[in-house]
Amino acid sequence: MALTEIRELMDGAAIARVLRRMAHEIIEREQGTDDLVLVGIYSGGVYLAGRLAKHIGEIEGREPPRGAVDITLYRDDLFEGLPRPVIGKTELPFRLAHKKVVLVDDVCFTGRTVRAALDALNDYGRPHRVRLAVLVDRGLRELPIQPDYVGLRVETDVDQSVKVRLVEKGEQDRVVLFRKEPDARGEG
Amino acid sequence: MFSQRHLLDIESLSREDIVTVLDLAERFREISERPIKKVPTLRGKTVVNLFMEPSTRTRSSFEVAEKRMSADSLNFSASGSATKKGETLLDTVRNLQAMAPDFIVIRHAYAGAPHFIARHVDAAVINAGDGAHAHPTQALLDCATIREHKGPLDGLEIAIVGDIAHSRVARSDIFAFTKLGANVRLSGPRTMIPRHVEALGVRVEPTVEAALEGADVVMTLRIQAERQGGLCLFPSTREYARTFGINHQRLALAKPDAIVMHPGPINRGVEMTPEVADSERSVILSQVTHGVAVRMAVLFLLAGSPPVE
Repeated sequence: MALTEIRELMDGAAIARVLRRMAHEIIEREQGTDDLVLVGIYSGGVYLAGRLAKHIGEIEGREPPRGAVDITLYRDDLFEGLPRPVIGKTELPFRLAHKKVVLVDDVCFTGRTVRAALDALNDYGRPHRVRLAVLVDRGLRELPIQPDYVGLRVETDVDQSVKVRLVEKGEQDRVVLFRKEPDARGEG
Repeated sequence: MFSQRHLLDIESLSREDIVTVLDLAERFREISERPIKKVPTLRGKTVVNLFMEPSTRTRSSFEVAEKRMSADSLNFSASGSATKKGETLLDTVRNLQAMAPDFIVIRHAYAGAPHFIARHVDAAVINAGDGAHAHPTQALLDCATIREHKGPLDGLEIAIVGDIAHSRVARSDIFAFTKLGANVRLSGPRTMIPRHVEALGVRVEPTVEAALEGADVVMTLRIQAERQGGLCLFPSTREYARTFGINHQRLALAKPDAIVMHPGPINRGVEMTPEVADSERSVILSQVTHGVAVRMAVLFLLAGSPPVE
């Protein structure tokens, strides 16, 4: 898929500031870290959950436990011609019952990923509640799903793509808006 | 990446195909440990389990794998099927095809039956054992078990002991182990070692002791009496047990951390002593666990195959 860069939405410093703000918001709204767990969605969400947990630990003196979910097996477009996916390791090293879960993803777009992640969580237990934190909300939802904690809201078109580059993936911290070639398909 | 539309044998798989299955199976193992042991991935897909030869382990392993992936499955067995009433395999298969299954899992006493079926159906065909030819999912689960206990197979010394000539497990294991870079030695009664088997890149050892010397893995095989066509290939099971059975003294020749495997069903006191079978060196039950995960991975990989034109 050919991508042409339109503009940078956030640089490394902006990402760091936004994550610190989100950490504060989470603590405030979840009333501390009691029963709080962060669950990242593969792969960007897992790294962001790690950074948020660290910030929360610095502020509250106690880092919330972290988990990871891979949603491949729960996708609604699994056999529709996407390249055969690699599956990440789902790790939820705690019981979900009665937990306040904050799901973390890098970009919120159609909402289908989050739908799949909620189904996956359901197979592990019944949490007290689930909230959603995303670094970028690019709109264009196809399901009734809205994030509770948002780093940056940005208006986009369907022919655009938002990429979150992270140091953990071997890249420089950046969020970039791209234009996709008309024939290409992909996810934001 | 996985390049196959069917899983008929190990020969047609590349090393990369095998590693893809093993990596995926490693992820799928976790599903069996969840409170809800099921993912919705194959919802709405239909699997026909066509078992024209008796099987408990393999059939139930496939069934569990299918259920954990949310596929719908139906079972045909030789005794209850129209084959007993004189229907040919091709007619049976055409009838199954008319029900539009997505997968056909087949076990058959005749080598090549799965390949024959694959030419006549749109479904993805999975060979669950055909005659003395191939048992690819068994070989894949053996590789998964070895990889868990010993790490990558590159350079491992693997001894296969027993009835090599009539064993589809041995044939598929040899292809899989050598493709992954292991060194394979064989041992068994001369009457049960195929001629020119060295052409597959394995070594035939004169004694079981020589085969076990320094081995990382000892794979034992059952005497396939039902496939020997009434020939007398060895004097008695007692003599076989004395000459080739794995006991603690023989196992001491292998590496101190060597593991012992068996595809089941095991004949205690013949292929190995009960002490060895129940020792901590034995990973026989771990093979069964890996079997479910490997079959889930195979179903997943074949589900994405494009339909035939």
